[in-house]
Amino acid sequence: MLKQKDKIFQNLYGFDDWKLKGAKERGIWSNTRDLIKLGSDKIVEEIKNSQLRGRGGAGFPAGLKWSFMPKDSGKNHYLVVNADESEPGTCKDREILRNDPHLLLEGCLIAGFAMHAHTCYIYIRGEYYSESSNLQKAIDEAYENNLIGKNACGSEWDFDIFLHRGAGAYICGEETALLESLEGKKGQPRLKPPFPAGAGLYGCPTTVTNVETIAVSPTILRRGSAWFAGLGRPNNTGTKIFSISGHVNNPCNVEEEMGIPLKELIENHAGGVIGGWDNLLAVIPGGASVPLLPKSICDNIKMDFDSLKEAKSGLGTAAVIVMNKSTDIVEAIARLSHFYKHESCGQCTPCREGTGWMYRMMEKMIHGNVQNQDIDKILDVTKQIEGHTICALGDAAAWPIQGLFRHFRPEIEKRIEERNRRVA
Amino acid sequence: MHHPGTNNKVYQKINENFEWSKDNFDKITVILKKYPSNKIQSAVIPLLDLAQRQNNGWLSKNSMEKVAETLSMSYIRVLEVATFYSMFNLEPIGQNFVQICRTTPCWLRGSDKLSKVAQEVCDTKIGGTSEDKKFTVVEVECLGACCNAPMIQINDKYYEDLDENNFRKLLIDLKSNKSIQSGSQIGRKSSQPEREF
Repeated sequence: MLKQKDKIFQNLYGFDDWKLKGAKERGIWSNTRDLIKLGSDKIVEEIKNSQLRGRGGAGFPAGLKWSFMPKDSGKNHYLVVNADESEPGTCKDREILRNDPHLLLEGCLIAGFAMHAHTCYIYIRGEYYSESSNLQKAIDEAYENNLIGKNACGSEWDFDIFLHRGAGAYICGEETALLESLEGKKGQPRLKPPFPAGAGLYGCPTTVTNVETIAVSPTILRRGSAWFAGLGRPNNTGTKIFSISGHVNNPCNVEEEMGIPLKELIENHAGGVIGGWDNLLAVIPGGASVPLLPKSICDNIKMDFDSLKEAKSGLGTAAVIVMNKSTDIVEAIARLSHFYKHESCGQCTPCREGTGWMYRMMEKMIHGNVQNQDIDKILDVTKQIEGHTICALGDAAAWPIQGLFRHFRPEIEKRIEERNRRVA
Repeated sequence: MHHPGTNNKVYQKINENFEWSKDNFDKITVILKKYPSNKIQSAVIPLLDLAQRQNNGWLSKNSMEKVAETLSMSYIRVLEVATFYSMFNLEPIGQNFVQICRTTPCWLRGSDKLSKVAQEVCDTKIGGTSEDKKFTVVEVECLGACCNAPMIQINDKYYEDLDENNFRKLLIDLKSNKSIQSGSQIGRKSSQPEREF
């Protein structure tokens, strides 16, 4: 279990003051100037050495991403923080935004400096209204105390942070859709290349990063990359906030070491599965987009990027959705299909048409109102959507269904058989 | 499933002349400073939000035209944005906009029951507005508070850790104009593990 002293998020639940005074007591903003004085190359190198991987779902190495920003492009550089947290199951960034906003702001300054950006936009989902007002107050406090703005923290670096509220679109969590939305357009993802590091916001070099990734970076610099890399295992280092929801006794957000066994995570922090571990049916380990895992795999799986990838699932945002044996597993996945149908931006045909079709099929499957060959048909359709769209929403819509049939195909076949018997 | 934020029909208020309130005009000045001076269309979402707040929670044609005029955009570009994002309502809503999260994490913990309670107490169907215009009830996709499921949003606030009983009480209090407390309804601090307090 992660020791208290190794926790980065000291105020995850908001028991302490989230404002500047409380933040300073927790050591935030204490020697920011010295951290900036390390220079951007050293900062990027430290982040690379820490092996921090992006916390927004894809798990891309953060230091590498930061290093993609050109050194001298002659244009404005932008840091854009992705606080459009909408992946079903995920509610970790919300706690950072409302309970420890200064941790994020300090990270913005350091990361922005490291990528030669003078401006940062934080794109927060529109529904997070009270979270955005906390964050705005924190930004105001930081300006008043010269922590950001002109000559931020006395570092001779000018840095502005602006808060931008979205208006309810899951797709805006995709980085290029987010940039489109920030430019005042519909949030439809852009074709890549060019990548944002070359031409992002307003055509300028931009890096889009998740809240948690930015928020952990000052602590990594303070305590050293070796400390961070010493937690977890190589390539899956550090700590991570896990959101545990669904059929557990105490659903909660908790910061834990990467690679913690799933069973330990659920039993020690979330009060166990409702009805006991043996009552477990399946777990979605990383937010709605990743394929589910049946109990047999859950027994021994470790929660990190590589272990879950080996199990043909993924860590995603580390949002653990637990389902016990009372769950209608087909409907659980059908609900996710409805979600993707609702959130498809409509740009690419395979996703726009496919998500609707898959949802209608999944609805029928709940009652077994299909034929056996339809299972292969829907799997075939998921394969036709996956990889054939501009962004990953198509993949995200396909994977939960593939996961369902990989592990629970007999369940649906049974329903078809039962219905056929009833109707005959 | 009907939702005022996902319809694409635009309504015009008769004899409406939408002008920014003084307060909102000042807010717009602040908002526009966030973006480069030649990129002020970036402010379209914040301005639509202000217009919607000024217009009792929905966007009429006139209000969207005002946003277009303020940002020197063509009306169709503003309409495009207003129809794309689900938080912009294109038809009138009730005083309390009750949004029930229906996605899997909330559903696993009983969001279906909340839908039933809401329809019963608010006396309207999902997607509808009650006759006294006090409630509009809709089902929405994940609101991002899954560790406090099931949860709902009423106007700007989240109400979390609900069950049939405390949700019914919440709505009845709202109906009789009593003040209600947002956040966890079981006294939990944000999303901490429940047993520790």
